[in-house]
Amino acid sequence: MKQIFALLSGLVFGFGLIISGMSDPAKVLNFLDLFGTWDPSLAFVMGGAIAVTAPGFFWLTRQRNQPFFHTQFHIPTRTDVDPKLLSGAAIFGVGWGLGGFCPGPALTALPIGASGTLIFVPFMLVGMWLARNTPDLGRSKQEGAPS
Amino acid sequence: METEFTPWLSLGGGMLIGASAVLLMATNGRIAGISGLTSSIFASSTKGEARGVSALFVLGLLLAAPIWMLVSGSWPQQWVPSSPLLMTVAGLLVGFGATYGNGCTSGHGVCGISRGSARSILATITFMTTAFLTVLVARHVIGA
Repeated sequence: MKQIFALLSGLVFGFGLIISGMSDPAKVLNFLDLFGTWDPSLAFVMGGAIAVTAPGFFWLTRQRNQPFFHTQFHIPTRTDVDPKLLSGAAIFGVGWGLGGFCPGPALTALPIGASGTLIFVPFMLVGMWLARNTPDLGRSKQEGAPS
Repeated sequence: METEFTPWLSLGGGMLIGASAVLLMATNGRIAGISGLTSSIFASSTKGEARGVSALFVLGLLLAAPIWMLVSGSWPQQWVPSSPLLMTVAGLLVGFGATYGNGCTSGHGVCGISRGSARSILATITFMTTAFLTVLVARHVIGA
């Protein structure tokens, strides 16, 4: 069952990205262009998503001790703000502003087959692989990598 | 290039994204963070079952547009930057940055903020800021 729901979740996520316009880099770049052809639509995407997710997570974690088809909720527990978090986020934002794609929309748009997407996605995967294999310079080795 | 302001479609699509995040948490106990799920597929530390769940979620993402095409008869409207160099650099930075910073728009921006995580709120403010600045420079400083 958990596998079926994982697939279904991905599908619903993809439809959400398509309907919301988030899988169209033109809309993303215009959202980020405050002083040009600004399109505020994406604020509504994030607002709508949080309006469902926040009460959903709140209700789930209080009503249940575990998910329906798994033994535990895998919820991040770290609370420290480290250089890795902020430098990663800063780098990610630059790439997002250049291409208009973040990971979800890029994967969703991949089958549409635009040349820019066909270049972006493989290099995104390379970037992910590099980050997974880059030691965290700010932390000692024993602490291990977070999820 | 101007794009149409679509508050209702964007709100509805956003709520679907939220529903997906809640569904994945309710059934699998996982955060619907796309960079985390995707990179975990090829991380050596990932256990077999978690890898399968991540791969199936990503497969669902990949199937959305083709199903959309079959039902509606046309691909979703989009315009993608075509410069190979730009998209190479953008892809590398997005993949590396999102994974190194433990999350992207979905993991930090949607799920993390929804949990009230200070880390995610700071990460979101950081990547929104650098993204705004990047477009500002690309379109109004260099492109002006």
